[in-house]
Amino acid sequence: MAIVDTPKRTNPNTEETKRRGIPEGLWIRCPGCGNSIYRKELEKNLNVCPKCRYHNYVSARERISQLLDEGTFEAYDEHVLPTDPLRFSDKKSYAERLSAEQARTGLTDAALCGLGMIRARRVAIAVTDSAFIMGSMGSVVGERLTRLIERATEQSLPLIIVSGSGGGARMHEGILSLMQMAKVSAALARYHTAGGLYISVLTNPTMGGVAASFASLGDLVFAEPKALIGFAGPRTIKATIKIELPEGFQTSEFLLEHGYIDRIVERFRLKTEIAAAIDYCGKR
Amino acid sequence: MPSAAKGFEFEQPMLDIETQLGEIEAAANPSEEQQELARQLRRRWTDTTREIYSKLTPWQVVQVSRHKDRPYTRDYLNLAFDEFIELHGDKFFGDDRALLTGFAKLGRQKVMVVGHQKGRTFKERAACHFGCAHPEGYRKAMAKMKLAEKYGIPIICFIDTPGAYPGIGAEERGQAQVIAESMFLMSQLKTPIICIVIGEGGSGGALGIGVGDRIAMLQYAYYSVISPEGCAGILWKSHQHAPKAADVLRFTSEHLPQLGVVDDVIEEPLGGAHRDHHQMAARLKNYLAKTLEQLVKTDPETLLERRYDKFRKMGSYLEQLEDGTVSQHGYTFSV
Ligand SMILES: [Zn+2]
Repeated sequence: MAIVDTPKRTNPNTEETKRRGIPEGLWIRCPGCGNSIYRKELEKNLNVCPKCRYHNYVSARERISQLLDEGTFEAYDEHVLPTDPLRFSDKKSYAERLSAEQARTGLTDAALCGLGMIRARRVAIAVTDSAFIMGSMGSVVGERLTRLIERATEQSLPLIIVSGSGGGARMHEGILSLMQMAKVSAALARYHTAGGLYISVLTNPTMGGVAASFASLGDLVFAEPKALIGFAGPRTIKATIKIELPEGFQTSEFLLEHGYIDRIVERFRLKTEIAAAIDYCGKR
Repeated sequence: MPSAAKGFEFEQPMLDIETQLGEIEAAANPSEEQQELARQLRRRWTDTTREIYSKLTPWQVVQVSRHKDRPYTRDYLNLAFDEFIELHGDKFFGDDRALLTGFAKLGRQKVMVVGHQKGRTFKERAACHFGCAHPEGYRKAMAKMKLAEKYGIPIICFIDTPGAYPGIGAEERGQAQVIAESMFLMSQLKTPIICIVIGEGGSGGALGIGVGDRIAMLQYAYYSVISPEGCAGILWKSHQHAPKAADVLRFTSEHLPQLGVVDDVIEEPLGGAHRDHHQMAARLKNYLAKTLEQLVKTDPETLLERRYDKFRKMGSYLEQLEDGTVSQHGYTFSV
């Protein structure tokens, strides 16, 4: 099959991107502290609560615009599109669900991938958007990530993947979703062997098959504060062991304490810290 | 004729015949007539069983895969292998009984076996967490697989788990981390790897030892992104809808080869592996011997190349080409 790259420049601040993410209204109730925050103020602050530092959701496009130098992002593989291989259907068919999610988020699937610059350093970057079927990984997310990793390997580019996925492997595509974990991990192994630098950024939430594949394989693993990160969902764990879960269980801070992440990085420092890490690890 | 201690509901016609047969066989001096009846019943049992097992629903397959008498890794080690030297421990935290690892011989072929173990007795089941491995299990598996690679010993993975263990300790010790690392590692190990789903292929816990050169499954095993109960809980808010979830997930040996995920299906004895461990072990051994013979002849670089391509191809998606046409990649079931 021919692989055709049609890089498209996307403007992250189109109306389309504003349709989704933070609830409508002039005032927003912060999930962290319960205070009402003026929307404009929150947006100006990268969707971090100015009162309690709670890191609210940001869309994939918004994330790209926060991290990359303005106008440098070229999206790749947007023409790789989801299908419904199992003819999966619950209350509605997966095909219908896909169309609805596409219309609601303005994304074609949960991962936005491409090349761009971070403070003039060329990088390959992917962001999964937790708003698109819970940021879960199906065939398209797996394929887009794998192509990006292969591109980063060929072009010797640093790789940044910002994960946000409450869903893990997407059940609507069954075993094919599970296999994306192996596919992406194998691509990362090759990238690693070729000497590439992979910075994995974990955001709220990063769970299941996403946590148990590419999100955990960074040379450097950063996490935003207080993000929910883990393998099994807290409800599943509670149902299994039948005891209350400890305070702060499966948060970024919990993972840092147990040695699984390198740094907790506040959103407004993320771009700077990624750039610094690239400079430390970059080719001399 | 072998019989299950207690059958499934869908096996009722088989069990009825077994009961009748049992009565005749219990007679001290069966008459010629009775003996003839017994022969007929045995034939009828075979036909009935073949009929029932030829059209198991996905949920029934799940039940068979979880049968308490189903052969486990330990049984295959006893019945199909000529030697097993267990190697314990991850040399970091502990020795997870849910993942059994060690040297084994298949005829003259040395191998490293890595397999989930569910446990037969209640005590063993508790020690094995019903086949749900902790991070130390995957760390142990990785350590033994690296050892195998070092000496060019092929690796055989037996997958049989409802899923990786969901618990506080498991999260504290990096369940997500080790599964990711294990796939990463297995994709690059320079020695042949055969993975066989012998019972339950439960999600990440299964895939954590599931990256190899050949992926096979037993006829009544299943391999799924999520347990039917878990899927039902999310979609229909109740575990009771697990049979419905089993229908939509397409995880049986009928579907997985079509989806390009499973290379080979190993046929089970009539009425399922739990009815005849010896025959099942013999078939498994035969498959392993045949497959290993091919794989050990392939040079490691080619092996790695093919292993990468194998997983690289997995997935179904559409690709819109520049001229506007759309090409389909991967298998899609028809409605
Ligand atoms: Zn707040």
